[in-house]
Amino acid sequence: MNIEALLLSFRLASCVSAILFVVGVPLAYWLAFSPWRWKFLPEAVVALPLVLPPTVLGFYMLLAMGPRGPLGKFWQAAFGHGLAFTFTGLVIASVLYSLPFAVQPLVASFEAVDRKLLDASAVLGAGRVRTFAHVILPLSIPGIVTALVLSFAHTLGEFGVVLMVGGNLEGVTRTVSIDIYDRVQSLDYASANSTALLLLVISFVVLAAVYGINRRARRRVWLPWTSK
Amino acid sequence: MSATLKARVRKMRHGDASSSFLLDIDVEAPPGITILFGPSGAGKSTLLDCIAGLTQPDAGRIAVGGEVLFDSGENVNVQPQHRQIAYVFQTLALFPHMTVEANVAYGLRDVQEQTKSSRIAEILQMFRVERLRARKPREISGGERQRVALARSLVTLPRLLLLDEPLTGLDAELKTSIIDDLRCWNAANKIPILYVTHSREEVDALGECVIALEHGTIVSQGTPREVLDAPRRWRLAQAAGFENLLSGTVLDLREPDGVMRLRLADAACEIEVPLGHAVPGDRVSVAIRAGDILLATEPPRALSARNVLEGKIVSLERRGSLVAARVDCGAVFTVHITPGAERTLELAAETKVWLVLKTHSCHFVED
Repeated sequence: MNIEALLLSFRLASCVSAILFVVGVPLAYWLAFSPWRWKFLPEAVVALPLVLPPTVLGFYMLLAMGPRGPLGKFWQAAFGHGLAFTFTGLVIASVLYSLPFAVQPLVASFEAVDRKLLDASAVLGAGRVRTFAHVILPLSIPGIVTALVLSFAHTLGEFGVVLMVGGNLEGVTRTVSIDIYDRVQSLDYASANSTALLLLVISFVVLAAVYGINRRARRRVWLPWTSK
Repeated sequence: MSATLKARVRKMRHGDASSSFLLDIDVEAPPGITILFGPSGAGKSTLLDCIAGLTQPDAGRIAVGGEVLFDSGENVNVQPQHRQIAYVFQTLALFPHMTVEANVAYGLRDVQEQTKSSRIAEILQMFRVERLRARKPREISGGERQRVALARSLVTLPRLLLLDEPLTGLDAELKTSIIDDLRCWNAANKIPILYVTHSREEVDALGECVIALEHGTIVSQGTPREVLDAPRRWRLAQAAGFENLLSGTVLDLREPDGVMRLRLADAACEIEVPLGHAVPGDRVSVAIRAGDILLATEPPRALSARNVLEGKIVSLERRGSLVAARVDCGAVFTVHITPGAERTLELAAETKVWLVLKTHSCHFVED
């Protein structure tokens, strides 16, 4: 079992979940409450990674992050090094790849908050920020937990995007799924199996926890395989 | 100048090519309770939403006591959180994740901590929900929730209170007691209260001023009786809603006074009613609302009302927020009183009482 790859995956998933929470909450708020008529366009963009092959997303991310890509050029100018085949590049690509898994549960739970409560809050003198912090957010806790856990679990299990953008650099971009692939390629089935089994158990525990929390909250929360 | 609400609101039905108005209304509500009465879909809730700032009218002007909250001509549109208007929704919209106390404290963010806790304590006591402080809304009863919603709105000392059928689903006794507490609060604070309802019973119970809405416009305005009882000349069928329909014989006409005297049934009981198309000796009917009759336990004196009848109570029966007393004065009358009056006057069967009827509360019925 490759502990280094496992730790790297956990580090990546933690970074991605944290960033997705910070980025996802305002984005989800806007998607849930904006009256803009073209809102469905950004909604569709957010949902793209759900249907796109990870290699397609990874391919375009690689082009963007490469030395001649806009993101790569910007990064080179700002920080003195490129993005492709780095941990940071991997984080950026993973954030995009897991975006719907964070944003959609948040949107669903924000939208599920009774609008009359928001009206009541406004009439009682609260502005948008106060209403969000004291009414919407506390009532969306199951959705927030779902968003965090799903983005974590989804990042943990990604393969195609990592391979395209990060390559296979030990300790930098070799995540646990790449490591398993490597071991299978070199016919080291025993070692591949122990890592794969661990990942399987972790994923199951995480999802069981999400379902358990949702059940206790007695609220329907978005999960990708429950919404068609 | 008292803080009267003046609202002129026009709102078009959305996406309707026929350009029909959802709302086209001009209302004025002085301090005290004004009832907005009308069937569902008449635009009552939309009007409240416009006044609270939750919906924007297409045109009009809304002001409370001279302060303009909305004016389409001058591009004024104060945000709901800055209007200082309290609004109790039909669903109450208590915050489910907060305790009763936190709900009530919600609108007091900018108030100093010490003042805040004394105001919360005071309003919780006023609405009799002090002991529920630490409970969540789902842990208390429907009536208690209604009281908490009122307390949460009123603790902010609003300049206007909007109530959208806040007492639906409560039994009559609870309703009466909550309304009494609300009246009591407003005796000290004197703000306009717009009370939306589609229940005639609530209109009768709340009294004061009624505005009747239909299809987004005002169809009539005045006291409950003026609004609910127009037109003036009655047909028997129309009088069917009256609790007292009595037949009698015309004794004499007093044309200069615009009245005539009737002997009711074959009893010795005589009343004065407005002049109708009749001659002495005619058999006629009069209709009297049970809520229009005053009941006294001592002989009333020095009244403007012309008809004082002596009798005794036959029975007392609770009906919704009212007590219906049957009183035998020769002819039997039904009189509506409040449960509070029943208690204070210590009424019971066989109690000797006097009924007071205003002449113009007696409606002459044409057959």
